[in-house]
Amino acid sequence: MAAADQHYYLPNPSHWPIVGSIGLFLLLGGFASYLSGITSGPVAMIIGFAVVVFMMFGWFGTVIGESEKGRYNDQVDVSFRMGMGWFIFSEVLFFAAFFGALFYARVYSVPWIGGEGVGALATHPVLWPDYEAAWPTNGPAEIGDAFDIIPAFGIPALNTIILLTSGVTVTLAHWALKKSQRGRLSFWLFATIALGVVFLYYQGVEFYHAYSDLNLTLESGIYGSTFFMLTGFHGFHVTVGVTMLTVIWARTLRGHFTPKRHFAFEGVAWYWHFVDVVWLGLFIFVYWL
Amino acid sequence: MSAVTTHHDDHAHEDHHHGPPPGLMRWVLTTNHKDIGTLYLLFALTMLFIGGFLAMGIRAELFQPGLQLLNPDLFNQFTAMHGLIMVFGAIMPAFVGFANWQVPIMIGAPDMALPRMNNWSFWILPFAGILLISTFFMPGGAPAAGWTMYPPLVLQGGMNVPFLIFAVHLLGMSSIMGAINIIVTILNMRAPGMTLLRMPLFVWTWLITAFLLIAAMPVLAGAVTMLLTDRFFGTSFFNAAGGGDPVMFQHIFWFFGHPEVYIMILPAFGIVSQILPAFCRKPLFGYESMVYATASIAFLSFIVWAHHMFTVGMPLAGELFFMYTTMLIAVPTGVKVFNWVATMWRGSMTFETPMLYAIAFVVLFTIGGFSGLMLAITPADFQYHDTYFVVAHFHYVLVTGALFAIVGGVYFWLPKWTGHMYDERLGKWHFWLSFISVNVLFFPQHFLGLAGMPRRIPDYSVQFVDWNVVSSIGGFVFGLSQLLFVYIIFRTIRGGAKAPDRAWEGARGLEWTLPSPPPYHTFVEPPKVTEADAHS
Ligand SMILES: [Cu+2]
Repeated sequence: MAAADQHYYLPNPSHWPIVGSIGLFLLLGGFASYLSGITSGPVAMIIGFAVVVFMMFGWFGTVIGESEKGRYNDQVDVSFRMGMGWFIFSEVLFFAAFFGALFYARVYSVPWIGGEGVGALATHPVLWPDYEAAWPTNGPAEIGDAFDIIPAFGIPALNTIILLTSGVTVTLAHWALKKSQRGRLSFWLFATIALGVVFLYYQGVEFYHAYSDLNLTLESGIYGSTFFMLTGFHGFHVTVGVTMLTVIWARTLRGHFTPKRHFAFEGVAWYWHFVDVVWLGLFIFVYWL
Repeated sequence: MSAVTTHHDDHAHEDHHHGPPPGLMRWVLTTNHKDIGTLYLLFALTMLFIGGFLAMGIRAELFQPGLQLLNPDLFNQFTAMHGLIMVFGAIMPAFVGFANWQVPIMIGAPDMALPRMNNWSFWILPFAGILLISTFFMPGGAPAAGWTMYPPLVLQGGMNVPFLIFAVHLLGMSSIMGAINIIVTILNMRAPGMTLLRMPLFVWTWLITAFLLIAAMPVLAGAVTMLLTDRFFGTSFFNAAGGGDPVMFQHIFWFFGHPEVYIMILPAFGIVSQILPAFCRKPLFGYESMVYATASIAFLSFIVWAHHMFTVGMPLAGELFFMYTTMLIAVPTGVKVFNWVATMWRGSMTFETPMLYAIAFVVLFTIGGFSGLMLAITPADFQYHDTYFVVAHFHYVLVTGALFAIVGGVYFWLPKWTGHMYDERLGKWHFWLSFISVNVLFFPQHFLGLAGMPRRIPDYSVQFVDWNVVSSIGGFVFGLSQLLFVYIIFRTIRGGAKAPDRAWEGARGLEWTLPSPPPYHTFVEPPKVTEADAHS
């Protein structure tokens, strides 16, 4: 270890956090106002969103700049890695809440409304004696009217292959980075981004198809709720992942990262694998079973 | 690794040796763990008084039967907002404030691992607080469905619903980022020689608390997101007509909610485990068993959640499972109480204010634990559920537990933070006033609950009058006594006897090797930690 490594890195005071807080406040306060029918809500929302984006550019730009100046020692690198790992862990638990809702609906609430278990006492005989439990369902009141579902072995299976392939390409990019093969690195990164974009395109096609042809919407009872919230949040995370991959790609083109120091690349790769694994859960439990 | 890893440029170098920049912007832009810890503690104190004001309103209304001050809807707004503000605004930020101040100086780190994110974790809070508290001034008023936000009731609120939900999202973001920072600091920033099992117990309890936060807060975020879409975007998560279930919210909420109660008590265990050895002048009894007990409690906290829902209509197997797992928590908790008592056994004890609070914690938290055991018994809970017995239980755990540990911790470390000793005579006054009044406040609520008085109702039947009067008087005295606390704190900040480095002769640990107050940056050169100056 060099002598400098004995020191800790202490950043100077920063204005980015308070900018981010103001942005979030405007964004969410504006959204809440909009939902409450206040006409100035959307304006606040848009300004807030712009401030948040500005903050992200500024904050990440500062960190990237410091990183490229070699300010960060090994300890800072480990802090970043641990931080990213725990952040992904928190994301896993966020999805777990929605998977939990899906399992609870399928295993408990729908059968109970249909007269099984504790539902046999009152819910079924008193409120919905005619309802027969089934999955998919939009409930005894058939909220959102009849709908069709998207079969697993069509676009979803194709999308599974696309995402799994992108997991391979990002790993190939990582290997290339570790061997200093810059050409291959940017090629495989670009391939990963392209696969992500194709995935999002197909997902968009599928959502459009669901809304326009199948009458499967967010309002299609518990099936539509769990389907669109899970796939929608996943799609949002893929979008974030593609954005991060694009930033990393742009950085590789500028010559950032060395075979030994490339936390940002690995952090994004971990995130991409996380998005991949969540999709597998979606494919199995939302589309297939 | 490479030799180019210089730690900061010359300008920063100057900053680090000349202390903080002057003016208000110091506090807004700061990346210093001591500044941020102070901000957290002051924010928590402010919220304690706002939440306390609501509690005074509740006790004033309940001073006599009938409706006097608050109409039923406003009363419900008071109870819901009291809970939300105390949990998310007062207790949790206070503990994060302690972690910010203490964790780096207890493990020999120069600061938190991610100092800029640390600033953001704090500076989200005031904005979340504005979103939440502004609901009082909206058409339809503040949320009135309890801090647990159960649908369908909460969704029937007025304009407050989206503001409540986004406030919870922001509070969750703040907590998750704060927890990630603390966990990474503890795992990655310890000074050489500060092995895991040499860490002070406060650091251990926060390590485990941070894990609970990262696991539980996203689940709450998911739950309130479902509330948002159910209300505004037509989903049916909590609507049985669409195949969902309002009970499902309760499951998801309490999957967060029970770990949450340990998030609010584990750091209290840590603080008490620092105070007791210092004033008993002997090491903590059973240090390792304390660590394992804390970890066991954390694990169990994820498999007990439905004990909040015994009367909701669950299958018998569920009732039994959650009853037994809940009762199991008494084992590691018992280990802790035993260890605290054993620490005091044959100790050379003195009874300064922090010690008084710590002893009161051990006794009164244990009472709260026992009433918790009673509530864990499913058939008995059918009687107790939603009565004042539950209110008494969780206030013993959260006020005489969490809050007493916070107050004791403030007295314990205030000399370190400010460089001044607080006025011991006033501190003792504050303790005895609080200790007596808090029991007058909450103990009678056990009787009221067992006699059948329901919670969250502004009126009551005349047989409950006597104990409600007693409880309200206790409440007013307790509330007023806390003004003394604020007076003592600000007097200590401004002056008082000079505190030595080791403010308490029996205190052990790295923080007491630093000057009081410590310089703006401490341990920039990591200390070498030996067994002797590790935990006490
Ligand atoms: Cu619980």
